[in-house]
Amino acid sequence: MSTDVTAKTPAPAPPGGSGSATGEGLLGLVLSGLRRNMRQYGMLIALGLIVVLFAIWTDGDLLLPRNVSNLVLQNSYILILAIGMMLVIIAGHIDLSVGSLTAFVGAFAAVLTVQHGLAWPIALVLCLLVGAVAGSIQGFLIAYLGIPSFIVTLAGMLLFRGLTEILLEGQTLGPFPDGLQKMGNGFLPEAGPSTNYHNLTLLLGLVLIAAVVWQEVQGRRRQQEFALDVLPGRLFLLKLVALVAAILTLTMLLASYKGAPIVLIILGVLVVGYGYVMRNAVFGRHIYAIGGNLPAAKLSGVKDKKVTFYVFLNMGVLAALAGLVVAARLNAASPKAGVNFELEAIASSFIGGASMSGGVGTVLGAIIGGLVLGVLNNGMNLLSVGTDWQQVIKGLALLVAVGFDVWNKRKSGS
Amino acid sequence: MAGPVLEMRSIVKTFPGVKALSDVSLTVRQGEVHAICGENGAGKSTLMKVLSGVHPHGSYEGEILFEGEICRFKDIRASEHHGIVIIHQELALVPYLSLAENIFLGNEHARRGLINWNDTLRHATELLRRVGLDEHPETRVADIGVGKQQLVEIAKALSKSVKLLILDEPTAALNDEDSGQLLDLILELKNQGITSIIISHKLGEIRRVADSVTIIRDGKSIETLDVKAKETSEERIIAGMVGRDLDHRFPERTPHEGQEGAAPALEIRNWTVHHPIDQQRKVVDDVSIQVRRGEIVGIAGLMGAGRTELAMSVFGRTYGRYAGGTVLKDGKEIRTKTVPEAVGHGIAYVTEDRKHYGLNLIDTINRNISLTALGKVARRGIVDEHEERQVSEGYRTSMNIKAPTVFEPVGKLSGGNQQKVVLSKWIFAGPDVLILDEPTRGIDVGAKYEIYTVIDRLAAQGKAVVFISSELPELLGMCDRIYTMAAGRLTGEVPRAEATQEVLMRHMTKDKEVTR
Repeated sequence: MSTDVTAKTPAPAPPGGSGSATGEGLLGLVLSGLRRNMRQYGMLIALGLIVVLFAIWTDGDLLLPRNVSNLVLQNSYILILAIGMMLVIIAGHIDLSVGSLTAFVGAFAAVLTVQHGLAWPIALVLCLLVGAVAGSIQGFLIAYLGIPSFIVTLAGMLLFRGLTEILLEGQTLGPFPDGLQKMGNGFLPEAGPSTNYHNLTLLLGLVLIAAVVWQEVQGRRRQQEFALDVLPGRLFLLKLVALVAAILTLTMLLASYKGAPIVLIILGVLVVGYGYVMRNAVFGRHIYAIGGNLPAAKLSGVKDKKVTFYVFLNMGVLAALAGLVVAARLNAASPKAGVNFELEAIASSFIGGASMSGGVGTVLGAIIGGLVLGVLNNGMNLLSVGTDWQQVIKGLALLVAVGFDVWNKRKSGS
Repeated sequence: MAGPVLEMRSIVKTFPGVKALSDVSLTVRQGEVHAICGENGAGKSTLMKVLSGVHPHGSYEGEILFEGEICRFKDIRASEHHGIVIIHQELALVPYLSLAENIFLGNEHARRGLINWNDTLRHATELLRRVGLDEHPETRVADIGVGKQQLVEIAKALSKSVKLLILDEPTAALNDEDSGQLLDLILELKNQGITSIIISHKLGEIRRVADSVTIIRDGKSIETLDVKAKETSEERIIAGMVGRDLDHRFPERTPHEGQEGAAPALEIRNWTVHHPIDQQRKVVDDVSIQVRRGEIVGIAGLMGAGRTELAMSVFGRTYGRYAGGTVLKDGKEIRTKTVPEAVGHGIAYVTEDRKHYGLNLIDTINRNISLTALGKVARRGIVDEHEERQVSEGYRTSMNIKAPTVFEPVGKLSGGNQQKVVLSKWIFAGPDVLILDEPTRGIDVGAKYEIYTVIDRLAAQGKAVVFISSELPELLGMCDRIYTMAAGRLTGEVPRAEATQEVLMRHMTKDKEVTR
């Protein structure tokens, strides 16, 4: 996946370490880098452990190409929501309305395409627009009228759920036109000569690897140009190899089944885009600033109200997108769609390193958090654990993840 | 004359990195009103926190004798149990509970966890009458003014059968009428046999109520004077408060008078601001000041003088309610209604409270420095991280910020280094006018010198600097001209040649009657 490219941690280069790296020193460097970024890597390691454990318990079923593909499809909408939720939480707010909003947008899409036969691309645009409007109304109330986000979005949660039922008159509506269905269930089309693998997916993977390597090398060169500390050569190489291996593995897994799901590509674009915005754009910086210390941000000239407004508007659009994906995947709009999605998205963000008080978190973190929950879900399904125990275990996972974070922070005395 | 009720002997209290009290002794006689005065940061409040158990026994050295017994208070409850009650500057009332509920908070008239409302209300009415507050005990605290709230605090103290009442700057937030009423009450309580300690720097007030005054300076008790004695004039008290030698060191600095004739870089005219909640109260009252390019202009004043409030309200109306006045930059009137407008006109305000208003403590040095002027390292809304890092590395070197890399979280730095980050951030914004609010508060001597050097360099570059400080030697060492403020008004303007600590302190302690 391309996620590692954009949301990497700010060059944790130990100064002057490049010359002295011996074989043992390399390991030391890796360890010290890890220690320095416990927050970032802690959850990544936990995710790795969970994957390995479930792979063993399910005799490898977890990592079968078909199941990996399923895992992506099952969790895509939560991950989309988690990205937006991460921004909201970093800004120091919360959004409880996204589950209901996904349902509402799904219903709206069904009414447009199924009942009125509107062309699906137009319906898609209209749906995203509805999400934007819903988000901006909530954002306006929160940012400019100063009503707490918890209250506004709690109201939104009730309101959109009710509107969904009104819109659908309590019925389930479907099926959707083919184009829209593809958003939830589709894969990249077959092309080229017949190999045992999915050609376009392979091609995409290779392009991605090339892009990642180019990006990393370019970045390193620029850092050197500015005479800044860079990652020591060996460590940099190790990082590149790890990145390439990760992308290659995922590509091969997907290519040996039906290929890359379309929703994975949407998700990839979102992760890269939002990772870039949160790290490199002025807007992203301002979100961290208002969440980290609102009075200080105000006194630094950050237009806090405007930033808050756009964070919620954005959440609305992403909720609409998630709503379309859910509806497309189920191939029907249901009044009961999206129940508890907001809680899963919030849990993903906190497992992924967000802080209750705001100012902390990364897009990649939200994805990792979402995947932890997703793999738990999927793995327990494979092991036929009942939904009752699944909930218990997911609750414990949230507690352990955040508890570890709190403990880790207290230990380092900050 | 009555014997001592309280003796504090050789109290030493150290905070990490700072010695707040280095040797303080205090003797308070039975039934007197004892004033404690000293400059901001002299250690008055710390001493009272030691006495009341906020800083528990064991966290300080020295001993406390109350009514002849050695006391080792482990918390506030322990000291209250002995009849010592402290009323802090920030009132500790719960706004949405009634007066009666507040008076007996933590001390309820209850049996088996159930409150006896009849007893509560009857007793509360009695106490309110005793402090002269004509309000129903079921009124909410939020619905009465600050002056009356102060009286509720005293009623609360009385409910605990107080023997020694400590008031920390009780009139700082009150208007004249409320102040008068409060001081009368203190005298009335004295007649009832209650001993009081009152922390204040309003000399008129001290003369009115106190029997004796102990002066604290730089964490040491200097002397105790009999207020009623003839030789204890206000000048005498001022001399005690400021009488320290100028042992701080400042960079050599040639005074800039600024160019005559040229319009001042920043001019504030007739600036008036009301308190954000109590809208009757003028926090800044008709203040006019100006500062030229290359000039360092000081603003001196004690707690509650309105210096920070003036600065913040000018800087994007970030404090209080604007009630009149104009701001001119280089002779032209400008709008500074929002922070971006003020910054856009080349004004920077470096806050006195860097932890709350200056820095995002959980973020890195790098990102804190670039925040105000992100546009300078960004193109079309995208930050160039390499350039950003280069900029902040530059400040880390030039400002001598002690940190291994610029990716260190600011919260982990010492106070002095945090201050350097705040300064870097605003210097990077490239302002023409810098308003520095207590830029050396809470940092060690070495770092202070570095900060002075930076300020001097800024002025030499032709920037106009407004320097707000409570440390008079620092103002005398750095400024070309010093304004003094008291109770929201400008009370003096002293050129460098005429400025001494005594002159400034006299202007800073002017009461209303004196200025008229």
